[in-house]
Amino acid sequence: MISGYFITIFITIVIYAMLAHSLNIITGHAGQISLGHAAFFGIGAYTSAMLYSEAGFPFWISVPMAAAVAGIVGALLGIPCLRVRDDFLAITTMGINFVVEAIFLYIPFFGGAMGIGGINLPKWFGREMTKPEYFVLILVVFLLLLLLDRRMGRSWIGLAWASIREDEEAAGAMGVDVVRFKVLAFILGSAIAGLAGGFYAHFLTFIMPQNFGFGQSIVILSMVVFGGIGSRWGPIVGAVILGILPEVSRPIMEYRILIYGILLLGMMRFQPGGLLGPESILSKLFRRSVFRPGARGESQ
Amino acid sequence: MTLLDVRALSKEFGGLRALDGVSFTSGEGEILGIIGPNGAGKTTLFNLISGIYPPSAGEMSFQGKSILRLKPHQVSRLGIGRTFQIVRPFQNLDVETNVLVAYGHRFYPSLWKSAGPVRQPQFLKEVQMLIQRAGLQSYTKHTAKILPLGFKKRLEIARALALRPRLLLLDEPSAGLRFEESAQLMELIRQVRDQGIGILLIEHNMQVVMDLCKRIVVLDHGAKIAEGSPEEIRSNSLVIQAYLGKET
Repeated sequence: MISGYFITIFITIVIYAMLAHSLNIITGHAGQISLGHAAFFGIGAYTSAMLYSEAGFPFWISVPMAAAVAGIVGALLGIPCLRVRDDFLAITTMGINFVVEAIFLYIPFFGGAMGIGGINLPKWFGREMTKPEYFVLILVVFLLLLLLDRRMGRSWIGLAWASIREDEEAAGAMGVDVVRFKVLAFILGSAIAGLAGGFYAHFLTFIMPQNFGFGQSIVILSMVVFGGIGSRWGPIVGAVILGILPEVSRPIMEYRILIYGILLLGMMRFQPGGLLGPESILSKLFRRSVFRPGARGESQ
Repeated sequence: MTLLDVRALSKEFGGLRALDGVSFTSGEGEILGIIGPNGAGKTTLFNLISGIYPPSAGEMSFQGKSILRLKPHQVSRLGIGRTFQIVRPFQNLDVETNVLVAYGHRFYPSLWKSAGPVRQPQFLKEVQMLIQRAGLQSYTKHTAKILPLGFKKRLEIARALALRPRLLLLDEPSAGLRFEESAQLMELIRQVRDQGIGILLIEHNMQVVMDLCKRIVVLDHGAKIAEGSPEEIRSNSLVIQAYLGKET
C-alpha cells in the first residue's frame, strides 16, 4: 500500500504536468510566450470551487465547467494579446496574471484573502473517492489529453502552429490564418489549465488567491523550459523533476524559486532547448545511430 | 487575360509617400518586370498586394475581384503566392514540411478539416512533385536553415507553388546568388511561366530582367515613371535619369 504522502506528491505532479503540458501548447507549439498561465489555473480552480461549494453542483459538472470557463476567458484575453508579440506579449500576460489574482483577492464574492473552502474529493458509487482513485482518475484524463496532443501535432493545426512559431508573416503568406490559430492555442491551453485548476481545488479542498500568482506562472514556465519547450514529453519530464525536487529535500522548499532560477539560467546557458529539446545532449544520444556527420553546417 | 489590375495605388507611412498612384495590369503566363532604384517602393507594392498592410488609396483586383481589404492568408488562398526579398523559409522545419505548410491552405479554412492528419500518401506525393520541380528532391528531409541561399530561394518558390497560385510575386530572386545558381533559378521561373502562371518579378539584375520580361514597369520615388518593352525601357530618358542622375 502506497502511503498518503506519496499519493499527495503523485497527484501534485500530475497536476503540474497537466499545467506544463497546457502552457506548452501556447508557448511551445504556437510559439506565444505567456508569463501569466497561473491565471487560467486559478480561473479553473475558482470556477470549480464556487460551482461546487456555493452553487452545489457535483464535481462531474464543476470540473468540466472549470475547463470551459477558463477556455472562454482564455479566448477573450487572447484577442488583445494578438496585437502584441514577444516581450510585449510577455508583459501583457504577466499583467493578466496580476489582475486575475487581484480580482480573487479583493472582490469579496470570491472569498478574498480567506479563499474558498468546503470543496471535497468527488463522489462515485455512493461514497467519496479515495486519494489513490483520484490519482488514477486525473492520470487517465491526462493521458487522454496527451493522445489528443499527439493527434493535433500530426494535423494541419499542429503544422499551422509550427509555421506561426517560425515566422508569422511567412505563415500568413502561405494561407495560414494566424489570428484564428493563435486564438485556438490560447483556448486549448487555457481550458486545460482550467481543468487542472478544477482537479487541484477538489484535491486541496481549500484554495486561496496566492496559489495562482505570478510565482506559480514562473514555476510552470520553468518546468516547460527545463524539460524542453515544444516537445511533447519534455514539459512532463520537467514537471516530474522540478515537482519531486522540493519533496526529496525539505530545505529546498524554502529556496524553491531560487533553485528554479539557477536551473533555468543553467539550462539557458548549456541546453537552451531543454532536457528533451531537439539539440540537447539526451536527444543527441538517442539519435546517435542515425546522426550523419557532415550533414549539419550553418550557412547564411 | 488580365490577372491583376492595380489602379492609382498609394501608401503613406506617416508623412512618407512610399507608393504614389501606381497603376498597371499583369496577365496570365506573363512575367512582368518591376524595377527601380533602392527605395522606389517595389517591395511596398508587393506587401500591399499580398495584404501585409492596407493601401492608403487606390484599387486592386485579382481575376476581377477586389483584394483591397484582404488579409495575407485570404490573398494567398485566392491564388497569389509570394517569396521574400530576404528569404523567409520556416528555418527549423525540413523542406517537405515547409512545402506542406502552404499545401495545407485548402484545409485551414475549416477547423474540422484542419484536424485531419498531414502525412497522407497523396499529399506527400503532390508535395514531393513540387520539391522535385524546384530541384530539391535530395534535400526533402533537410532542415531549411542548413540549405545554401540558392536552395532556400528555390524552396520559397516550391512553397509558393504549393498554394496552386495563378500569380506569383518574386522579390529579387537572383539577389546574392552566384551566376550558375541564378541561371538555374531563372530556368525554374521560365518553367513556372510556361504553365500559365503570371509572375511579377522585382529584380535588380538588368540582364535577368531583360532576358525574362517582355514588359517592364519602372518605379522611382513611389511613382511609375515608365512602362514598356525592354528596348523601350533601355532607351527611356526618365529611366536613365532615375538610375544615373541628371546630366549637368
